[in-house]
Formats: sequence, C-alpha cells, structure tokens
Amino acid sequence: MADQRLRSPLGRAIGLGSAKEGVGHWWAQRVSAVALILLGLWFAASLVALAGADRAAVAAWLHHPLPAILAILMLVAVFYHAALGLQVVIEDYVHSEWLKLSSLVAMRLISIALAVAGIFAVLRLAFGG
Amino acid sequence: MTPAERPLSPFQLGSIYKLQLTSVLSFSHRATGVGLSVGTVFLVWWLVAAASGDDAFAAAQWFFGSWLGLLLLLGWCFAFFFHLCNGIRHLFWDAGLGFELRTAYASGWTVVAASGVLTAIAFAAGLLVRG
Repeated sequence: MADQRLRSPLGRAIGLGSAKEGVGHWWAQRVSAVALILLGLWFAASLVALAGADRAAVAAWLHHPLPAILAILMLVAVFYHAALGLQVVIEDYVHSEWLKLSSLVAMRLISIALAVAGIFAVLRLAFGG
Repeated sequence: MTPAERPLSPFQLGSIYKLQLTSVLSFSHRATGVGLSVGTVFLVWWLVAAASGDDAFAAAQWFFGSWLGLLLLLGWCFAFFFHLCNGIRHLFWDAGLGFELRTAYASGWTVVAASGVLTAIAFAAGLLVRG
C-alpha cells in the first residue's frame, strides 16, 4: 500500500491508483472465487453423481428448482471468474497491442456466448426439455 | 514514442530463475485456470447436448466415456481441485495471513496433497457410479 501522505486528497478519494483502474477487477475476482468454492464443489459432486447417466437423469436433476438455480449461479460465477482471470493472463503474456486487444475482445465475447448457451440449456431442462 | 525493448515476462524462466515449490504452484494456478476455462467449452457442450435431445446427449456421453474423454476429465478434475485449494490459499494471503516462508511452504504442500487426494476420491467415485 502506498504511503498515504504521498497521495493527493483527490487521488485518495477517487481510489484508482497508478493503473487508473482501481481495485474493482481484483475484488470481482475474489468475490466470484468465494462464490465458486461452494458452487464449484456442489457442481463437481453433482457431476460425479451423474457419471454415465442418461439424458432423463440429467433432466430430472435440473427439473428441481434448487439444482437449476445453483447451476445457473455456478455458470454466471464460472464465466465471470474465468473472463477476469483470462483477461490478466492475456494482458501479461500477449505483448503485441492489436493481438492483445483482439484476444481480449474475442475472449469476452466467447465467455458471454458460452454463459448464455449454458444458462439456456439449464433453463430448457428445468422447464421440461 | 518508441517503447524501450525491455525483456517481458516470462523471459526469466529456465535461464535465470530457479524453480521452487512456491513459484511452480503460482504458475500452475494460472495454467489450471486456463485449462479449466477451456474445459467450460466441453461443459457447455454437455449441457446443450442434454437440452437438445437423446442423440446429441448420447454423443457427448460417448465422448466423455472414451479414453480421450476420461483422460481430459481426469485432467480437469485435478485442475479443478488444485485451483480450488490453491485459490483458498490465495484468499488467505489476500487476508494478510500465511506469508511466513515456512507457512507458505506448508500450505503449498498441503495444496498439492489435498488436490491429489480429492482428485483420486472424486474420479474413483465417478468411475464407481458409472459402473
């Protein structure tokens, strides 16, 4: 943490630091991580229980409200957490500006598309697909 | 302005930097995170197949039951538990706890052991359920 005496009152109030982005990304990564401890363990255990299952068993599992709600929450948290993490990896290791920017945009769009596809699939099974 | 031609990460690996448990786990956290992100594509495939119909789902289940599918599942299983355990280790650090060298090594080896044991339990349970 920077010495508070070295920061202007305005800089402290805005709280964005030298990277001009603040701690929003850092916090979001942690909050989604905490959510995923429980959601991830629950989902992993569910997948183990469904090993080799047929479609009817998966549909029956997601037909109940609680598993469907948890599965959607898990998907939201997973893709949010993954997009934040992949963003940092791309920013750290892709050094060409245009390739970095296009990778970041592609990664974001793919994450959103996968999240929507996964959530739609859960909803369809939940409402009797 | 032309940017200075400075060496950029990860230039040090191999030639200058000596690997140690703490840095291997740090790098592995990223690697497993990327691997799990790739795994979400297959997870969504599985879910969409289940929502699509019996044929699509049977194809997905056939793939995950194949040798390649099982190998990938084993990899994702370990990646999941490692990223989970090491992620909890990171959260303790974020709270300002466990920075002493001895503690960092002890928590590191705990993560390695726990992710190995949890992977073995989960994968064996999955094989048992599948029959």
